[in-house]
Amino acid sequence: MSDLVAGRTGDWEVVIGLEVHAQVSSSAKLFSGAPTKFGAEPNQNVSLVDAAMPGMLPVINSECVYQAVRTGLGLKAEINLFSVFDRKNYFYADLPQGYQISQFKQPIVGEGILRIDLADGSSKDIGIERLHLEQDAGKSMHDQHPSKSYIDLNRTGVALMEIVSRPDIRSATQAAAYVRKLRSILRYLGTCDGNMEEGSMRADVNVSVRRPGDELGTRTETKNLNSLRFIQQAIDYEVARQIEVIEDGGTIDQETRLFDTNTGMTRTMRSKEDAHDYRYFPDPDLLPLEITQSDVDKLAAGLPELPDSIKDRLMNDYGLSAYDAAVITEERETAAFYEAASKGRDRKLVANWMTVELFGALNKAGLDLARSPVSPDALGGLVDMISDGTISGRIAKDVFADMMLSGKQATDIVEEKGLKQLSDSGAIETLIDDVMAANEDKVAEYRGGKDKLFGFFVGQVMKQSGGQANPGMVNQLLRTKLDG
Amino acid sequence: MQDLLALSAVEARAALDAKDISSVELTSAYIQAAEDTAGLNNYVLLAADKALDMASDADKRIAAGKTGVLEGLPIGVKDMFCTKGVTSTACSKILDGFVPVYESTVTANMWTQGGVMLGKLNCDEFAMGSANETSYAGPVVNPWDAGDGVDLVPGGSSGGSASSVAARSALLSVGTDTGGSIRQPASFCGIVGLKPTYGRCSRWGIVAFASSLDQAGPFSRDVADNALLLSAMASHDAKDSTSAETPLQDVVAAVGEGVKGMKIGIPREYRMDGMDEDVEKLWQQGQAWLKDAGAELVDISLPHTKYALPAYYIIAPAEASSNLARYDGVRYGNRIEAEALDDMYGLTRAEGFGDEVQRRIMIGTYVLSAGYYDAYYLKAQRVRRLIKNDFDDAFTSVDAILTPATPSAAFPVGRKVDDPVINYLNDVFTVPANLAGLPGMSVPAGFNQAGLPLGLQVLAKPFDEAAIYKVAKVIEDSAAISTRPQRMAGGA
Repeated sequence: MSDLVAGRTGDWEVVIGLEVHAQVSSSAKLFSGAPTKFGAEPNQNVSLVDAAMPGMLPVINSECVYQAVRTGLGLKAEINLFSVFDRKNYFYADLPQGYQISQFKQPIVGEGILRIDLADGSSKDIGIERLHLEQDAGKSMHDQHPSKSYIDLNRTGVALMEIVSRPDIRSATQAAAYVRKLRSILRYLGTCDGNMEEGSMRADVNVSVRRPGDELGTRTETKNLNSLRFIQQAIDYEVARQIEVIEDGGTIDQETRLFDTNTGMTRTMRSKEDAHDYRYFPDPDLLPLEITQSDVDKLAAGLPELPDSIKDRLMNDYGLSAYDAAVITEERETAAFYEAASKGRDRKLVANWMTVELFGALNKAGLDLARSPVSPDALGGLVDMISDGTISGRIAKDVFADMMLSGKQATDIVEEKGLKQLSDSGAIETLIDDVMAANEDKVAEYRGGKDKLFGFFVGQVMKQSGGQANPGMVNQLLRTKLDG
Repeated sequence: MQDLLALSAVEARAALDAKDISSVELTSAYIQAAEDTAGLNNYVLLAADKALDMASDADKRIAAGKTGVLEGLPIGVKDMFCTKGVTSTACSKILDGFVPVYESTVTANMWTQGGVMLGKLNCDEFAMGSANETSYAGPVVNPWDAGDGVDLVPGGSSGGSASSVAARSALLSVGTDTGGSIRQPASFCGIVGLKPTYGRCSRWGIVAFASSLDQAGPFSRDVADNALLLSAMASHDAKDSTSAETPLQDVVAAVGEGVKGMKIGIPREYRMDGMDEDVEKLWQQGQAWLKDAGAELVDISLPHTKYALPAYYIIAPAEASSNLARYDGVRYGNRIEAEALDDMYGLTRAEGFGDEVQRRIMIGTYVLSAGYYDAYYLKAQRVRRLIKNDFDDAFTSVDAILTPATPSAAFPVGRKVDDPVINYLNDVFTVPANLAGLPGMSVPAGFNQAGLPLGLQVLAKPFDEAAIYKVAKVIEDSAAISTRPQRMAGGA
């Protein structure tokens, strides 16, 4: 599958790097004891440190450090036992200190790898350049008053992980897959809740285009995209815009751009010439951050199994398709549901029932898996009844629909409604005899060479059984009698 | 009635415990003294009511036999310390009217030990200055003069802290020292001023000037009082990441232990061209006293000394330019309204900061800028490391170092204010200790020919304040100074 984009003058290769800001799941902020809970009244989660009162000093919250290390381990990345917090200096009304405490030259996490799953079932490794910890800024509201801006400092000082990818991404689809996978890993680890709509994850996308095999083109950075859809739209727009500019004989300016969610277009925010000089220097209020290898080892030992590993296991040990395995492992809860439902059963059959019937029904009902009326055990019980021939696949669908509504066990529903599959060969033979007797002309035609009529007889027998006859036995016995 | 103002802190503590005097009496005397010497402009805020309330509480605790080490002693506080419910401005217009809802760790420690807060003391704006002439509240006048009636500066930045203790309008005071802001004014005012080891006293709640250099410390009239106050100020503080866990030595006991067998380093690089002859003579005298008291003098070399001042005037402004970014008129302090945010910033900061502060913000911004960072800030940090290494090497062979505290005695108000570089040279002997994080003290040792006080500086290894107190006490006893400043409360 080629990711090249056709222009008027030939093919273009798209080069994308992402910087994802993920809010660390922690009860307190990065350098203050203020709470981080989303949805509080404006300026309620603000300490003296967050408001940058005179003489206030930052103190590192080790919970945030451990979360960053866990994330680094999840990205198979190098953990830097020695890292440094720097000040990034700029003035803005929602930045009380006049600087953001971040990590510039010596981040806590170095190079790692993120494997993304592509639509064709293949996967691709995207390099992670670094992960560093930094403070979030507050929120400016410009639409509350005709001439004034309002400032909410609740987010000020909340810990963010900035996760920077290598420019290894080649399409908007891959970019979305990258963010989806990163989100999945963060949620497995419990280091970020991944709620993009609440702003817990935002992405800056760096996009450039080049002729295949050429040097890298000039990139633009589009900031602060807070949904997968916007990320893809912004990239698609930028790719088309850049190709058009270059094909028209122009050049791309290295600049920062903004995405307009209403129009789906990007526009210039500031050019390279207007770029801030952030005057980074090590924060003299903080000692270098030192962690020990034994801390790292302890955190590593406590990590859950991550989606790539589970996916490999599902494919290699259980024989699941890449697609099913990817769908099942995207969320930790889904994978856990599947493991519980499929344990000791036909793994593939459970996967089919889960990804097709259960997800379809939940989607239709507007429910998430945590609120599924059908428990892992119940789904397993249903699959058991199919596997041992108690009910047919078709009946099972009816039983499942009932389970979704009533929350009952499959065995109870089958019992109550008398849906047990007819697997008594004598009884099935009687049904066949009846059908053949009632359709002597068709029997003659069949025997005269009209093979296609076989399906008609199967249908008739199934109908006579009220759908309960074991389809395999019907097939086999019918063929014996008709051909005999 | 005995002269309450003549009592040292140690003597006052004993008199209080013996119920010979009350804290309310003592505090009232100091409030009166502050009012009598108001012309020196030491206090930017005299908190008389609060002081008397605290003194009354102290008297109750004394009566109940529950006393802290500073119980009932009236203490002045440099305006760099945030004090709960009491206006704290760093003597800057930009913090005009700012009343903190919190108390700095150091002052809280002092009040926990029974100290009585007299009020807030004048200083250079944001502690930037060496003459206390950059204060929004106007210059402080040194209680000493050369007999010619010319007003002299008290030194800076802790000018009010030094001047008030010398003028007996405070029994004790606290200041901050970033490049000499305790030791230089202590020398100019003829009192004892200690800059403790970096990390010894918490910086929490002290308006930041240069975070990696700032350190709070005690002012007193004698060495024993100084140790008493330090013992109350110092603590490990989890709210300051750079606060040290190393416990303070028994500095009160160290005073008077003598210097017998101690090795005292005399750094050859501190003999500077253009240094006052009186200063040089006094330094020789100090060496002789220590030798007589049983110490061994050792010639040492601190080869990178000459780079200390330039490195300091890069690092300190760099940190200051960032530390002072929070004074933007958005949340507290002075604001000049404007339609656009950038205009509000510009107007607020142009009006709120004085010339010296603006100069240092510009220097600091410049040295951190892209393209200049490596040549200035990074190089200055390397120099800082070399200076620290010089001291580390020296302290393998000596227990303390003796140097002059200042290159000259106090100079007239207004004399040098037009040339910032000449003012910066005041810090030439004091800056290295800040860069290396060492404890250092200025102890009164004598006078120049004009009769103005001069101090000697004693430096020691990090967290060895006890060594300083031993050496300083010998100098104090040897100098046996009885002359008092002309403009002291109650008269000389």
